[in-house]
Amino acid sequence: MEKKVYFKGIALPYLLLLPQIVVTGLFFFWPAAQAVRQSFLREDAFGLSSQFVGFENFVDVLSDPTWLDSAFRTLIFSASVAVLALGVALFLAVQADKHIRGADTYKTLLIWPYAVAPAIAAVLWLFMFHPNIGIFGRMLNALGVPWDYKLNGNQAMLLIIFAAAWKQVSYNFIFFLAGLQSIPKSVLEAAAIDGARPMRRFWTVVFPLLSPTAFFLLVVNLVYAFFDTFGIIHSLTQGGPGKATETLIYRVYTDGVMNLNFGSSAAQSVILMILVIVLTMVQFRYVERKVHY
Amino acid sequence: MSVSVTELADRTRRRQRREAFVTHACLVLGVLIFAFPIYLTIIGSTHDVNTIGRGDVPLVPGGEAVANYTQAWGVGGGRFMGVPAGVMLLNSIIMAICVAVGKIAISLTSAYAVVFFRFPLRMLFFWLIFITLMLPVEVRIIPTIQVMVDLNMTNSYQGLIIPLVASATATLLFRQFFLTIPDEYVEAAKIDGAGPIRFFLDVILPLSRTNIAALFVILFIYGWNQYLWPLLIVNDRSMETVVVGLTKMIGSGDSQNEWNVIMATAVLALLPPVAVVVLMQRWFVKGLTETEK
Amino acid sequence: MATLTLRDVKKSFGPTAVLHGVNLDVRDGEMIVIVGASGCGKSTLLRIVAGLETATSGGVIIDGQDVTPLEPADRDVAMVFQNYALYPHMSVFQNMAYGLKIRGMAREEIIRRVDEAAKLLGIGQLLERKPRQLSGGQRQRVAMGRAIVRNPKLFLFDEPLSNLDAKLRVQMRAEIRQLQRRLNVTSLFVTHDQVEAMTLGDRLVVMHAGHAAQIATPMEIWARPADTYVAGFIGSPSMNFLSATLMEGGAAARLDTNGLVLPFADGPRAGAAGRKLTLGIRPEHLQIGTGGLDIHVELVEPLGGESVLHGRLPDGTALTARLPGATYADGPMGVILPLESLHVFDGETGKRLDPRD
Repeated sequence: MEKKVYFKGIALPYLLLLPQIVVTGLFFFWPAAQAVRQSFLREDAFGLSSQFVGFENFVDVLSDPTWLDSAFRTLIFSASVAVLALGVALFLAVQADKHIRGADTYKTLLIWPYAVAPAIAAVLWLFMFHPNIGIFGRMLNALGVPWDYKLNGNQAMLLIIFAAAWKQVSYNFIFFLAGLQSIPKSVLEAAAIDGARPMRRFWTVVFPLLSPTAFFLLVVNLVYAFFDTFGIIHSLTQGGPGKATETLIYRVYTDGVMNLNFGSSAAQSVILMILVIVLTMVQFRYVERKVHY
Repeated sequence: MSVSVTELADRTRRRQRREAFVTHACLVLGVLIFAFPIYLTIIGSTHDVNTIGRGDVPLVPGGEAVANYTQAWGVGGGRFMGVPAGVMLLNSIIMAICVAVGKIAISLTSAYAVVFFRFPLRMLFFWLIFITLMLPVEVRIIPTIQVMVDLNMTNSYQGLIIPLVASATATLLFRQFFLTIPDEYVEAAKIDGAGPIRFFLDVILPLSRTNIAALFVILFIYGWNQYLWPLLIVNDRSMETVVVGLTKMIGSGDSQNEWNVIMATAVLALLPPVAVVVLMQRWFVKGLTETEK
Repeated sequence: MATLTLRDVKKSFGPTAVLHGVNLDVRDGEMIVIVGASGCGKSTLLRIVAGLETATSGGVIIDGQDVTPLEPADRDVAMVFQNYALYPHMSVFQNMAYGLKIRGMAREEIIRRVDEAAKLLGIGQLLERKPRQLSGGQRQRVAMGRAIVRNPKLFLFDEPLSNLDAKLRVQMRAEIRQLQRRLNVTSLFVTHDQVEAMTLGDRLVVMHAGHAAQIATPMEIWARPADTYVAGFIGSPSMNFLSATLMEGGAAARLDTNGLVLPFADGPRAGAAGRKLTLGIRPEHLQIGTGGLDIHVELVEPLGGESVLHGRLPDGTALTARLPGATYADGPMGVILPLESLHVFDGETGKRLDPRD
């Protein structure tokens, strides 16, 4: 889509674009290019000189079993977060979309967690599940379940999955609700007259019509789980115990910022960049030719 | 029909009543799942440090609220004797408002340039802005820090804010909206003798009011919830934002900590963004679902 | 196929009452058209019959069974919606088969029924298409097909023709009527279009402000409208109304505008002399002549074989006449009111006044 009528002038539009272009150039493209460049270089032990090593950094990363573990862990983590956050949100959105008293109040009470930062969400969950001061942590221990997410890797993973999904539900809820409201009421009424009970109506009519929304949200949730959960992991487990909660993004941070291993960190960054690009393209391709409507 | 109509009617009535009950029950449960962690935190912030440290997690408010909040606001607490919450909140507010306003301002002007002008390389610039969607800060950590060091922008509000003001989503939203403005408006402006700057100020800005308000909410939350960026850029603790500061207060999560002050700080960190979302709910929901689609 | 009875159906949305008690008896195989201006409650009434809305009080009885508390699924009715409401993600075949599948019908039987209905509607070649690939008229047929295959007790139509262009609307109107006769299904058809109502219905229900103002055959409604609202609503151009006073022991009326005395052709009306009346006369019943009313013609609309004249009486009252031919001009003109075409209504309530026996 393009406008047929426009203003004349060359200098003014460039001037208007300048701030955005300068900021993106300086803080997005330049560093991204540097990341690509660094991913082909390796520094000596003192960081004084570096030399071109081709794809060696990539080979090292991709053949490092701990990196592969980390990738697998990220996959489990992201899939769990997405499934949990999408499932709960869809369920709640369907309930809140019904004609019931207080529907608006319910909506407000389910939307506000959008405002909670991932790191804060993590802190809230820490308050609940800390083995000594958390109400549920103590309860589990009292029931004979040895609960300590600082010692048990699986428990740590569970905790960050729940904290991350908890924070994302409201976002998904908002979109599912909007998706539900965009389904024409008469289509649902037609299904009711055709004899479909609520459950059947949901699976044969509502759900198929929501699938574009669901797919869009799936991509958004995966991106969220890959990148935005850094704050959750950093404030809850710091990737531990051991490496039990070290996702790929957390590893880039550890290798680059903590261990100053620039070449490897850059190579990991580039791999993640490719991942984001693929996900974004998939999403736009799909949104472009949105199905039913 | 094998069952009598009266029996069917009875069954229908019972089912409808049961369904309404189940719906309310599910929604109440959902609301509780999201409200409970906050409730627990608020309660915790009203007790003294020993009560929480012992793990006697209370479910009713205690009498230490004033003391805890006074300490949190003016002194700080936690593992490393943190920064007063008053200072951190001010930093967060400065950052969130500046990021939101900055993003909106440069997105408005660049979308205006791309839609209402014709100039060489127009689409190239548009795509450059678009591509930044695929370059989250998490994947280019090290080189971005390098740029910040080179520009001498670490430990400064400029460093905290300026790199974040580029925004592909806001630019896309404004572009989308500008494309729906009828050509006749531009023609009328030309006939009335209004130039592009007048047109922008007198027509485009007033028409964009609701979009700006909606984006402001979303971007304010975005700015407030930043985690990795402030963590990397700011070492000077007097510039710490509250989200990062809070997790630093917790440290590695030892039981012996000033949990009462930490919880008070968590409540303070939650209040502003939650208030913004709840108070501007209508705009925010509309803005969110339109930006992303 | 079934009968339908509505017993004092009332409906309020919060404090606003939209239906004030509607009674209706529909015979087996009958086509009833519910007609009225927007907001009169006609769609609400249909939705109550379908089970999509719950009546505040009153009963819906289908085939002798009180279905008032039942959900749509248990009523065995089919509905054609204004926007067709086809399932966008299903093919035409799936759209039509959906209701049968839910009822657990065997696959061969479903195919047989869908094919039969598709042939009947001339959409056999469209069965694999999705709704978005169809034109408005085709969607309309699919929506009809979805209703037909179900072979329900009742057909409900909610303004199904209002989204079609004028030509297609006339064509579909005829097709619906033929189909309904052929299948002999009891039907309720809601519309705001009086021509649609007159041509489709065995009987009409004229709705006005939540009441059934009149329930009768189209010709009965046209010939003997129950009140001034019905009289003005049915017929085009609308009936002319003149205020008058009862006189001569109920045998005649005197027009307030010029004192003209009009004896009733069909017999005297009840009431004391001086009772306020409203006299109605349809534009097509006015004739040119002197000794009636003097009007000043302000606009002539030639329609080909006939013309519609818009004029005014000396006191400013508007009067419309539909006269044969096309040779009329603006300016003064005399019209006469044939006595046998007069409609007499009460001046206060607007109710029809029939001769006393």
